Amino acid sequence: MSEKKYTKKDFTADKLVKWCPGCGDYAILAAVQKTMADLGRPKEQQVVISGIGCSSRFPIYMDTHGFHTIHGRAPSVATGVKVANPDLDIWLVTGDGDGLSIGGNHLLHAIRRNVNMVVLLFNNKVYGLTKGQYSPTSEVDTVTKSTPYGSIDEPINPLSFALSAGATFVARTYDTNPKHMQHVFSEARNHRGLSFIEIYQNCVIFNDGAHDNVLERTIRSERLVELMNGEKLIFGKEKDKCLVFEGLELAVKNVADVNEADIVTHETAQASPTYAKILADLQGADVPSPIGIFRQVERPVYNDAVIQQTEDVKEKYGMGDLQNLLNGNASWEVKSDAHPIEEEFTTFTP
Amino acid sequence: MSDNKTNILEIESAVVRFVGDSGDGMQLTGNQFTDTSAVSGNDVVTFPDFPAEIRAPAGTVGGVSGFQVNFSSNPVTSHGDAPDALVAMNPAALIMNVKDLKHGGLLVVNSDSFGAIDLRKAGIESNPLENDTVLHETYQVVEVGMTSLVQKALEEIDLKASDKKRCKNFFALGLMYWVYDRSLEFSKNWIKKKFAKKPILIEANTIALEAGYAYGETIELFNNRYTIKSNDMPSGTYRQVTGNSALAYGLTTATFSSGLKLVYGSYPITPASDILHELAKLKHYDVRTVQAEDEIASIGVALGASYAGSLGVTATSGPGLCLKTEFVGLAAMVELPLVIVNVQRGGPSTGLPTKTEQSDLMLAMYGHNGEISVPVIAPKSPVDCFYTAREAVRIAVEYMTPVIVLSDGFVANSSDLWRVPDIKTLDKVDVEFYEGDAEGYEVFARDEKGARKWVVPGTPDLQHTLTGLEHNTLGDISYDGENHQKMTLERAEKIKNIAKSLPSLEVMGPDSGDVLVIGWGGTYGSICAAIKELRKTHKTLSYTHLTHLNPLHNDLEALMSRFKKVVVVEINLGQLHKILRSEFAIDAELICKIEGKPFLVSELVNSISEYL
Repeated sequence: MSEKKYTKKDFTADKLVKWCPGCGDYAILAAVQKTMADLGRPKEQQVVISGIGCSSRFPIYMDTHGFHTIHGRAPSVATGVKVANPDLDIWLVTGDGDGLSIGGNHLLHAIRRNVNMVVLLFNNKVYGLTKGQYSPTSEVDTVTKSTPYGSIDEPINPLSFALSAGATFVARTYDTNPKHMQHVFSEARNHRGLSFIEIYQNCVIFNDGAHDNVLERTIRSERLVELMNGEKLIFGKEKDKCLVFEGLELAVKNVADVNEADIVTHETAQASPTYAKILADLQGADVPSPIGIFRQVERPVYNDAVIQQTEDVKEKYGMGDLQNLLNGNASWEVKSDAHPIEEEFTTFTP
Repeated sequence: MSDNKTNILEIESAVVRFVGDSGDGMQLTGNQFTDTSAVSGNDVVTFPDFPAEIRAPAGTVGGVSGFQVNFSSNPVTSHGDAPDALVAMNPAALIMNVKDLKHGGLLVVNSDSFGAIDLRKAGIESNPLENDTVLHETYQVVEVGMTSLVQKALEEIDLKASDKKRCKNFFALGLMYWVYDRSLEFSKNWIKKKFAKKPILIEANTIALEAGYAYGETIELFNNRYTIKSNDMPSGTYRQVTGNSALAYGLTTATFSSGLKLVYGSYPITPASDILHELAKLKHYDVRTVQAEDEIASIGVALGASYAGSLGVTATSGPGLCLKTEFVGLAAMVELPLVIVNVQRGGPSTGLPTKTEQSDLMLAMYGHNGEISVPVIAPKSPVDCFYTAREAVRIAVEYMTPVIVLSDGFVANSSDLWRVPDIKTLDKVDVEFYEGDAEGYEVFARDEKGARKWVVPGTPDLQHTLTGLEHNTLGDISYDGENHQKMTLERAEKIKNIAKSLPSLEVMGPDSGDVLVIGWGGTYGSICAAIKELRKTHKTLSYTHLTHLNPLHNDLEALMSRFKKVVVVEINLGQLHKILRSEFAIDAELICKIEGKPFLVSELVNSISEYL
């Protein structure tokens, strides 16, 4: 079955895509379709599950099995699907509002359980479908319709959140780099456990240039540092800048000014998540934003453990016998000629 | 066998209530007494009653836990009104319960727990055993120093004094076995199994049990002993079963024998948690349980499982159903099978977590956004929870719909004697996953019942996306007004069709007459007993009990029309009453109460009499 060769078109539903022209979602949709085609896993085993929001319309446009559920709750539905049929590949699509506001609790628990699925969190730092209120990832002082004098609550950092919850695969990519997205998606799919990916995504209508502070073309190479396992954290158009530890913080230095040995070497498989958390916390005007795979480690997978425990119990007690179950261990036998007591009810005939 | 000359009187039935502190083991004692009675051939109905606090301060009225059993040589349906005998382990338990005891009834108290401190904890100043002459005049009071007697009996046993004291419930049990002329065998065997890993406790509890029995035999304190004849019960395997266990077994048999996996998503909540505890043990019956992070996620897990081809089930109590309602709407909208059990408790808000009520009927029927109809069914007794759970699975799978089961705290925790059915005689649910032609496949094409096909992810060529947005027959999103009306009506029609699959109503009494009493859910036992009593003198009184609340039986209207008066009985302020009045424009009367307790038979006899 998996021999079949697919193209991107095989995963494209024959439906009109109704995102706004110029929306970053189009590129992400294309990248997922391309990744699925390249991975070549059976199309009928691909299940896209989403909540509510612009990004959550995603499964409608995929020619796979899909379930567009309710706001914030997709991780619970996905967990149920995986418990019922662990062979399915789950792609969970959510946004910063769906995943981190109304659905924060469910995302937290799906991550800590390490349910085997890929989570794509589209982060555009705004509520699009409800027409432009600030979101839990909007910076303080964001002016929107619901915050005319600026937002006053601190944003949450999606990757710090995922790492703190115990995520075993954490990555970041962005909507204008199809190659990078496909690479990250493919690695995520091949990881066993929950793969959490933050995608910097632009909302052309309500928060255009959401990530321009790092992604704008002319500054991008100075503002992004690409994470490659086993490679030094070096960035800049001229590859002249690097990251070194100063205490527990990463500081930007000129490569020329430091010993090569002091430049941090990226390791995705560190036992402690501390390093990945320090990377995730790199934010602000003075430091670059990391993209790529922050962390990838092995940890028991929830849906594997569900099956294992079921098998262990079957092995220990044998397959269940319903009559034994009903009889229980405190029943007794009566042998007599007595007939059941006559029913005091009679059947009504209109 | 004895020199004790106490008379043994043969009686038809008796009601015994054990009351003590939450930590005194009253539930265990009551269950043992019940099992022994059932094994000796009596019919039994029990009623456990305990506080929401696990261990409220010892000795206070807030911590009183009780267990009542009605056992009889004839079939019984209710747990009985006033106890014939009350065993009270402390002053708090005594003052909270003695008013229920029949005048002249037997009151056995542990007199060792009536010291000044015990009385203060119970909030009373004077010792009723010493100073309450009315108490002694009204009841047959037997004071037994259980704590000291147990400690004496266990002198030789190498246990801490505090552990020895804990055996006093077995002493009380042994004493009541003597009063009701019961054998100790069942409980002795139970103790052996229960404490198999701690032989010292087998010894201690067995000695305490025997000491209680011997104490009755030796001390001539009792006016009478009693014996209750065996029922002439038909052959079969018998056991005691609680509603929550029966419900878990119903779900498991319905799915396992139909080749369906059961995925149970749940969040702990009183009084539904025992269903989770029961199902969590049954992994070798293809039951998978997920203790989810909250009520919402637990139904999400269940719905996800149904989407993927298992049967998703979730259970909760009132506040939890409030949280689940959005998912109930999604399940109804995407037309997937799902069973939602609501073990109702006293509401609103956190309400009375360990008390019973029937006040979530409106929530179950109408607690959805938009025009959606969700089947609602209700078990009438602990044993009936088994059959109701199976019926829920049948409706969910045959009609591709969520189904709400309205159990209640009383039915869930109390127990019945159950003649266990032969598993081979139970119907299987027809489960069919469509894997056919992609050509012409429409996601919401319907069969003659109105149900769509169940196509699970993993099925080649039938890829489609389900959505809670309005959609057309193809499953595509549609905001078209005419389509919305069409789909809304189709979904409603499908639920109405369920009524065609129901057997006719059952009626106690004639099918026409003066008064028709209508009940639903856990009030069945009390109403049955009251109607039987009243029918001795009122032949034109009838009773029907509704198991299906949505859709209602098609023949209900015809039945109601044959009576001059319809009286609805329920534990709320009249929810079914309102529904029947609005559905059928009839002038139904209402008998209701909302005290967190089941109806007493005598209450119903009195209030129904007013309409006769």
